[in-house]
Amino acid sequence: MEDTAVQPLLDVRDLSKEYRNAGHVLAVLRGVSVAVMPGETCAIVGPSGSGKTTLLGLAAGLDVPTSGSVRLAGHDLGALDEDQRAAVRNEHTGFVFQNFQLFPTLTALENVLVPLELRGGRSEPAVALELLAKVGLGERAHHYPVQLSGGEQQRVAIARAFVTRPRLLFADEPTGNLDGDTARRVADMIFDLNRDAGTALVLVTHDIDLAARCSQVVRLRNGQRVEP
Amino acid sequence: MMRALMTPWVWRLAWRDSRSSRRRLVLYALSISLGIAALVAIGSLGRAVRRAIDDQAKGLLGADVVLSSRKPFGADERAVMDRLGGERSDEVSFASMIQFPGTGGTRLVNVRALSGGFPYYGALETDPPGAAEAFRRGEGVLVEEGVARQFGAGPGSPAKLGEWKTKVVGLLRRVPGDSVAFTTLAPRVYLAGDQLPRTKLLGRGALVRYRAMLRLPDDADAARRLASLRPRLRELKLDVDTAEKRKANLGKAAENLNGFLNLVAFIALLLGAVGIASAIHVHVRQRLPHVAVLRCLGAPMASTFAVYLLQSVALGVIGIVAGTVLGAAIHHAVPAMLRDKLPFPLEASFSWVAAGQAAVAGLGVSLSFALMPLLSVRRVSPLAAIRAAYDAGPARFDAARWLVGAGIAASVVGFALLQTRSVRQGLGFAAGLAVAFGLLALAARGLVWLARSLPTGRLPFAWRQGLASLHRPNNRTGTLLVALGLGTFLIVSLQLTRASLLASLRMADVGKRANAVLFDVQPDQLDGVVAALGQLNLPVVESAPIVTMRLKSVRGRLTTELATNRSDRTPGWVLQREYRCTWRTNLADSERLVSGTFTGRVSAETSPVPVSLELGIARDLGVEVGDRLSFDVQGQVIDAVVGSLREVEWRQVRPNFFVVFPEGALEAAPAMHVLATRVANPSESARMQREVVQKFPNVSVIDLALVLDTVEGVVSKVALGIRLMALFTVLTGVVVLLGAIVTGRSQRLQEAVLLRTLGGSRATVRRILAAEYAGLGLLAGIVGCLLAMGAAAGLARFVFKTSPSFPVGEIALALVAVPLLTLVVGLLASRGISSSTPLAILRSEQG
Repeated sequence: MEDTAVQPLLDVRDLSKEYRNAGHVLAVLRGVSVAVMPGETCAIVGPSGSGKTTLLGLAAGLDVPTSGSVRLAGHDLGALDEDQRAAVRNEHTGFVFQNFQLFPTLTALENVLVPLELRGGRSEPAVALELLAKVGLGERAHHYPVQLSGGEQQRVAIARAFVTRPRLLFADEPTGNLDGDTARRVADMIFDLNRDAGTALVLVTHDIDLAARCSQVVRLRNGQRVEP
Repeated sequence: MMRALMTPWVWRLAWRDSRSSRRRLVLYALSISLGIAALVAIGSLGRAVRRAIDDQAKGLLGADVVLSSRKPFGADERAVMDRLGGERSDEVSFASMIQFPGTGGTRLVNVRALSGGFPYYGALETDPPGAAEAFRRGEGVLVEEGVARQFGAGPGSPAKLGEWKTKVVGLLRRVPGDSVAFTTLAPRVYLAGDQLPRTKLLGRGALVRYRAMLRLPDDADAARRLASLRPRLRELKLDVDTAEKRKANLGKAAENLNGFLNLVAFIALLLGAVGIASAIHVHVRQRLPHVAVLRCLGAPMASTFAVYLLQSVALGVIGIVAGTVLGAAIHHAVPAMLRDKLPFPLEASFSWVAAGQAAVAGLGVSLSFALMPLLSVRRVSPLAAIRAAYDAGPARFDAARWLVGAGIAASVVGFALLQTRSVRQGLGFAAGLAVAFGLLALAARGLVWLARSLPTGRLPFAWRQGLASLHRPNNRTGTLLVALGLGTFLIVSLQLTRASLLASLRMADVGKRANAVLFDVQPDQLDGVVAALGQLNLPVVESAPIVTMRLKSVRGRLTTELATNRSDRTPGWVLQREYRCTWRTNLADSERLVSGTFTGRVSAETSPVPVSLELGIARDLGVEVGDRLSFDVQGQVIDAVVGSLREVEWRQVRPNFFVVFPEGALEAAPAMHVLATRVANPSESARMQREVVQKFPNVSVIDLALVLDTVEGVVSKVALGIRLMALFTVLTGVVVLLGAIVTGRSQRLQEAVLLRTLGGSRATVRRILAAEYAGLGLLAGIVGCLLAMGAAAGLARFVFKTSPSFPVGEIALALVAVPLLTLVVGLLASRGISSSTPLAILRSEQG
């Protein structure tokens, strides 16, 4: 399924998500549509509880919507089962989390290699080492997460996100847990890689400056997309 | 501290703090339940046994007094019995062969010809019940159940004993006073005393034991008369057994057994306590941030400590209650399990005293183990609440840790001393336990280190990830390896020891070595038996004459005097036993000369006769080359001198002797012969036994298969206790494993979800989990097997004096079974981890 320049890389249409809890129906997302073109950057902003993370999760195929559709890199996620969606994620996307989410038992290098290894191929330390060097951690490849600071852990996570050369990077508050200086450096790194590799970017953030660097801003309020 | 424990706030917080982890905590608590259950069941059993022994004291012997001798009772003996008064039964017993013509089976048995009303207390248990009367009427023989079944014989089947063609009237299940343990080699066959002559077995030189079972009159004088006649009984060399003596012996045996089983249960309890301690360790570590916050909010150290102490006490109590309920349930089943192993019937009864003792032991052990991780609560700084990476600095010397450690050691030693009632055994047990746990922990650590530093780069991703999980922080791999390894160790040691024993016997069955022995061959039958073997094309590997005799004096001192002399350390049995000696001109190939010179031939007048002693018996008698001995050979005294000492390889199935005379010294004495031959297989052996015993009914045969059976039987009886121990420790290991998996669940879930988010399939997650559990099980199997091989080698070399044998099959089985068990338990406990939705990871970020 080759996409052309005119087709969006991520095409979210009329997406709704409801949770049922003790007889109550809670609509977290209501009829949201977003399109992200290859290489484009998109920020999802909004107050707490507005549905940002739910939108990100549904867009990445981490959950299934109540209604609406998601096309990711040409795949209709609604037609795939969990394992097929996982394969799509592995092939086309990368992830950066607010809490870094590194495997505590693996070294920095091993953490970066995980997505490659999930593909079942032979691990290629060279690529991973190069990425680690790029994020300034070339010397710390064999350190465990506990031996790294928060900013360093997030840089490892970024290296991991880019190691498969994804076409789309999902980032959930990537700088949320970092101090000002470190946050700026990490953000620069993400945008640099976005530029260099042509990776599209979808990030959830509270940071106005970060959102302002994106070409598209999606504002959510009470589960609905609102205009700025 | 006590004041903190009295504060209602502390109780409330302990309860509230447990909210998120109650199910987990209950699972930890169950770690000690199996140990408690075992203590309760065994304690109740012990009390039931003691009561049974008290209630059935006389039934333990079936009579008031039993006199026995190797000689027929003469006028002197009968006179003493008459003076004792009451009723009397006589029994003549010896080893011989029974034949079952129906199926063609032949087997060595202990023949007992009984006349009189024995047993006076209790009854012969038979199937059908009337068989005990039928055999007394001379209608046939009563055959031990196991043998009858082995040869497909039942009530009504034809049987032949010596020359007497008769039938089986019933199957024997229990005889008052007989312990089943001794009937394996020669199972019992009863016949009426007046039928004995029809067998024509007596008087052919067989080794016979004569017993008189007496029921004393119900007057008070009986005991006094017995006491006054004791010197006379000793003079007549009669062995005396009374119900009181039997009761004391049995009581002592029961107490020893109970102590042993309690130690067994204690091991399971300790293992459970280790499980609780490691669970508390993880629980407390997860709670340290809360502790820091509490301290920030102004909670005193004692109060925060008390919160977690209370939770630990609650764990202990839950475990004890669950264990007691379980123990109460299983103690009902125990008497049925032991039915065939005890010489008396037993009734189940729950003992509150035993339950109380178990509760005290359980609470003491679990709390003292839990204190160790709890101590870290005291050292949490409030600073940790605001600076996540706060480092408390290097660990300082903590006196409390040493105190708790000493307390744990003291409680283990104390319990062991209480159970064994012997300083040496108690300390030995505690030390053995410490060594076993220590070695297991050390081996576990070594293996984890090895697994970590192995170049795993070439393994598939799932395996590398799974193995890496083994050294994940908080993963308790060490504890789990000890928990699972201990059970493996016990089971595999048992299997290997059994295998070593049997292998050393089977090893004897090579080349042209003898593997069947024919004994009680009369001089006039020797040629006939040899001819019969020749007809079957069987070789006579060895033929030896046997003369029975007793020791009369050792280094000039009478054995009767030595036996009563308490300062003399010579074991009674070597002084009083009947020696079956032979004469020959040279050493056999199962023997090796250790010192002195072996004399092969002397003239009839030589005195003292130079004899060769087996090394062990010489050591027991305390004699060396050159020491004088004298033997009573059926009334004739022969003076001898120790000419040489020999080492004998007993495990060869051939006639071996403690004392070997030179040719020329014993020829005048009445002798029997023993022949050794070699059969190719069990069916040839059976055919040989059938043919020989048909022609010579008094000749008895024992073959290697029978010896193997006997060793198997004895080992399997000894193994009961060890199996029980292994069972409880294995189950405890499984519970500890469950607890550990449940503890690590949130971390594992997190990782699984992360993997899924990065594009891993559910199958990948499952494979990683499987790799982790299989790896854990494999390491536990290796640790257990390594230690077991060490223990089995030690037992074989130092206790059984044979070379150890490590059958690949047994070890491989353990190395497959343990990982499999761990894998199944692990995957069952991890259900749901691989299928949780990946969105959870984003949600957890928000929270």
